[in-house]
Amino acid sequence: MNLTLHVWRQAGPNDKGRFEKYEARDISEHASFLEMLDILNEELVEKGQEPIAFEHDCREGICGSCGMVINGVPHSKQKAITSCQLHMRSFKDGDEIWIEPFRATAFPVLKDLVVDRSAFDRIIQKGGYVSVRTGNAVDANATPIPKTDADAAFDAATCIGCGACVAACPNASAMLFTSAKVSHLGLLPQGQPERYKRVEAMVAQMDQEGFGSCTNHGACQNACPKSISIEYIARMNRDLMKAKLLGSKDD
Amino acid sequence: MELNAAIPSGPIEKRWDNHRFEMKLVNPANKRKLSVIVVGSGLAGASASATMAELGYDVRCFCYHDSPRRAHSIAAQGGINAAKNYQNDGDSVFRLFYDTVKGGDFRARESNVYRLAQISVSIIDQCVAQGVPFAREYGGMLANRSFGGAQVSRTFYARGQTGQQLLLGAYQALARQIELGGVKMFPRHEMLDVILVDGRCRGIVTRDMVDGTVRSYTADAVVLATGGYSNAFYLSTNAKACNVSAAWRAHRRGAGFANPCYTQIHPTCIPQSGDYQSKLTLMSESLRNDGRIWVPKKADDNRPAAQIPEGDRDYYLERIYPSFGNLSPRDIASRRAKEVVDEGRGVGPLKNGVYLDFADAIGRLGAPAIGERYGNLFDMYERITGESPYEMPMRIYPAPHYTMGGLWVDYNLMTTIPGLFAIGEANFSDHGANRLGASALMQGLADGYFVIPYTIGNYLARGGLDPVAEDHADCKGVEQQVNDRIQRLLTASGKRTADSFHRELGRIIWDKCGMARNKAGLEEALQKIPALREEFWENVRVPGVGADLNQELERAGRVADFLEQGELMCRDALDRDESCGGHFREEHQTGEGEAARDDERFSHASVWEWTGENQAQRKNVEELTFEYVQPSQRSYK
Amino acid sequence: MRGVLALYQSTIGKKVVMAVTGLMLVGFILGHMAGNLKIYQGAEKYDAYAAGLRELGKPLLGHYQAIWLARLGLLAAVGLHIWSALSLTSASRKARGTGYKKFDDVSMSYASRTMRWGGVILLAFIVYHLLHLTVGTVHREFEYGAVYQNVVLAFQRWPVSVVYIVANLALAMHLYHGIWSMTQTLSLTNNTILRVRRPLAAGIALVVLAGNISIPLSVMLGVISL
Repeated sequence: MNLTLHVWRQAGPNDKGRFEKYEARDISEHASFLEMLDILNEELVEKGQEPIAFEHDCREGICGSCGMVINGVPHSKQKAITSCQLHMRSFKDGDEIWIEPFRATAFPVLKDLVVDRSAFDRIIQKGGYVSVRTGNAVDANATPIPKTDADAAFDAATCIGCGACVAACPNASAMLFTSAKVSHLGLLPQGQPERYKRVEAMVAQMDQEGFGSCTNHGACQNACPKSISIEYIARMNRDLMKAKLLGSKDD
Repeated sequence: MELNAAIPSGPIEKRWDNHRFEMKLVNPANKRKLSVIVVGSGLAGASASATMAELGYDVRCFCYHDSPRRAHSIAAQGGINAAKNYQNDGDSVFRLFYDTVKGGDFRARESNVYRLAQISVSIIDQCVAQGVPFAREYGGMLANRSFGGAQVSRTFYARGQTGQQLLLGAYQALARQIELGGVKMFPRHEMLDVILVDGRCRGIVTRDMVDGTVRSYTADAVVLATGGYSNAFYLSTNAKACNVSAAWRAHRRGAGFANPCYTQIHPTCIPQSGDYQSKLTLMSESLRNDGRIWVPKKADDNRPAAQIPEGDRDYYLERIYPSFGNLSPRDIASRRAKEVVDEGRGVGPLKNGVYLDFADAIGRLGAPAIGERYGNLFDMYERITGESPYEMPMRIYPAPHYTMGGLWVDYNLMTTIPGLFAIGEANFSDHGANRLGASALMQGLADGYFVIPYTIGNYLARGGLDPVAEDHADCKGVEQQVNDRIQRLLTASGKRTADSFHRELGRIIWDKCGMARNKAGLEEALQKIPALREEFWENVRVPGVGADLNQELERAGRVADFLEQGELMCRDALDRDESCGGHFREEHQTGEGEAARDDERFSHASVWEWTGENQAQRKNVEELTFEYVQPSQRSYK
Repeated sequence: MRGVLALYQSTIGKKVVMAVTGLMLVGFILGHMAGNLKIYQGAEKYDAYAAGLRELGKPLLGHYQAIWLARLGLLAAVGLHIWSALSLTSASRKARGTGYKKFDDVSMSYASRTMRWGGVILLAFIVYHLLHLTVGTVHREFEYGAVYQNVVLAFQRWPVSVVYIVANLALAMHLYHGIWSMTQTLSLTNNTILRVRRPLAAGIALVVLAGNISIPLSVMLGVISL
């Protein structure tokens, strides 16, 4: 199939950036979306032009590297997939496709479609862990964990940190990302001692990074490639209210 | 090249304990003054960085991703082994040790494997304490499954995302140390060389992948946790960025590279669909529990699967291996698939796959029951191929997946360069010629959490490490070489993309040094690869400049290293004139077509020594001795 | 730092304030609507109800005291609600930075996407409504205390009825997303609430809508007249 692409090109963080139009020719319907970009890039390189910079790595939907807004939707209109899992058979010959980077002040564009998502790492660094040193663990089965709790914690823990939630949110809010980690640890007994300190520190960092607030649109959970539920946001709200209003022993 | 494996003496079950007692300790007050560089932030690198920082060392960790959480450990699906014996089914440290040595076809070092089995137990404790949400039973206890043909249930798992959950655990420990100031993290930095001062490794040269700055970082020791080299094949299940450059650069500076020909081909991946294909996707091995593998009896049978009557189908695994059938081990299932495809009996538009057919299972159990077991895998398959496995058989084909070879290390995980350590898939140590399922995660975490933090202290405590300034002449010299190489890539101004060379290289290695190898083919590869390398340096085209985010430049540098390392894979495969594990030489098979080892001549690790650009490398040998597990012939009939 | 002020400093805290003030306003709106419906009991009872409101709290409180207390409370709630909304909106604008060329927001409900503009429309309407039926400055035939007559005369002019109907449609949408959103922000999310919060929000919004717009409709259809 042949396609017309409008791709955001931006030489660096200080460049204004603009859309450029490209024609992708003879693309197999079995190719993935990123493979389509690979083909285009190889053509550009052969012509001595700079290829379109975009991030990607595992190409199987788990590393969280890839992410672009395709025709106005982060990753894809298809539910629960990443950009790399999108295949060309969901397009038709002659389609026009708009490709933009994830947009958020907290995710500055580095080049073309590559954005800096290190704000997520800094949120995790503020408390997204259990403070346990290597070697001081008790036997793994010493604390039984109800299967339902373990499963709910796992559902939150499947977050791949891609940032699609931020990209999709009209407020560029990082609540789904932050709440997924807060809930993953908050649902497990191991996470209890630091539960309230954690939520306060992580939310404070999230605000400081300049993400917007949550207005409960639910756009994040629709865009999430792992279908993480906004119920975790409600959970985080509760933990924060408890921490701020009632105080907590782990101060 | 001197190969002293530094194996402690005494009975095998006491060696690690004795060694830890005998190792020198660093005074806590002095640890802050000792610095360690860790390259890579996967399971091994992240766990090592975090743990060494907890101990008080001054750690800097480098990774080429935008975040340490993206390392390819994240993609491991199946699980992690540990000799916990929670299932009371007769597992033990010794049994895990025994299975691993045997599974590795008697080409691993016994002492290292025993230590791995011992440590496996602590890994699970550590991960649970970190909040890794392993699968549990309703009683709240950890669940286990049997994996990769093991006869005990010792695999811990978190649905099909065990690697992700373990990596996030290690990443969180790392994040905590970054916050506490114990680790300084350098994301988007690619290591391009190591710095040796007075024969000891004292630092690395990196390129900042955002602005292109090339500079040195010095330390008292360097740890490489940079993964394997499956991407030498171009198409593999590895992530796109996985590369051999860090290990290869170290090799060129004097680190021995062991057993490069030991590569693992996973039997159940989705076949290539066209030349544009950028990587291969693994489908869980568990599918073979209910799927039946077959191809048409006649070559070039173009009928759709449904129209091929039973009588015209060849269920070749069931035919050849009546007792193991479709569950035959990875290397065997892979090789048999290659055979039938080479006979022209492959299926699919490119005739490059075999059927994995669920029709019988669906008929027997119903589609909902099968959906419950494999629904997410079926969806994943349909997303990629556009075909529903409920309606037509899946097509699968083997794909490169893991590399057992790597930098040679002693018992302390130190390479042949003093002060340079290698952990995780980057080293060669524990899996011999074939890795068992669910053992890669175990090894990465064992090395990172529990081995290197001790053994590096023993090295550092010996002292003699005067500070090396970052503008030391030796640093500047290496920086210059790195810059020269970058310039050479940027100014080649040829006509071909780096990827086009990579694809061509991958095709050669896959054809000649893939699932089955022979002398003539390997010799042919050894002709072709140097020629391709020569063309690369003359005809590669890398647009843009060095001082910028330049993904083509990154790619080209990695391909250049694969063009050297791929040759060594073939040389090692040619030299190892026997079959063992993942290395199958067609000249050496039993009457039944199985791998025939030659313990007389090849019970050793082949450790290759760099002798200079375009020179044949020198082979050194570490003899392997087996005191506890007697080598025997594997049989799965 | 502990307490409400500490909470208010985070974006989540501002959302909590919006939810709590929103909840107060929902209570008022329901009460207001219930009172409005007394118009169907005729002029005498309706005017007496209005007069009674002014004497609420007797003998403890004096003439107009309770109603002014309530008005101050409502004013504070509306003020905080708007202040938080403005501060969150401005933060969100900044958080997006460069906008998308194409942005497909079909995954979000219409009610949620129109919260901010809906809020502005409601504010304008409240000002009009107060000047119209409480103070009477924009009502041509306003007579103090003749509440029934004021309402009927007002809604006999069809443009006024249209304004009230449109405003109540906006209110219903605001309530629908607002009530649902309030359960989310205040984390009222046990399994039962999770099941009922969508229908509950829709139910309250529809009841308020039906109750309130029935009055201009009734006047225009002649069901209610002087």
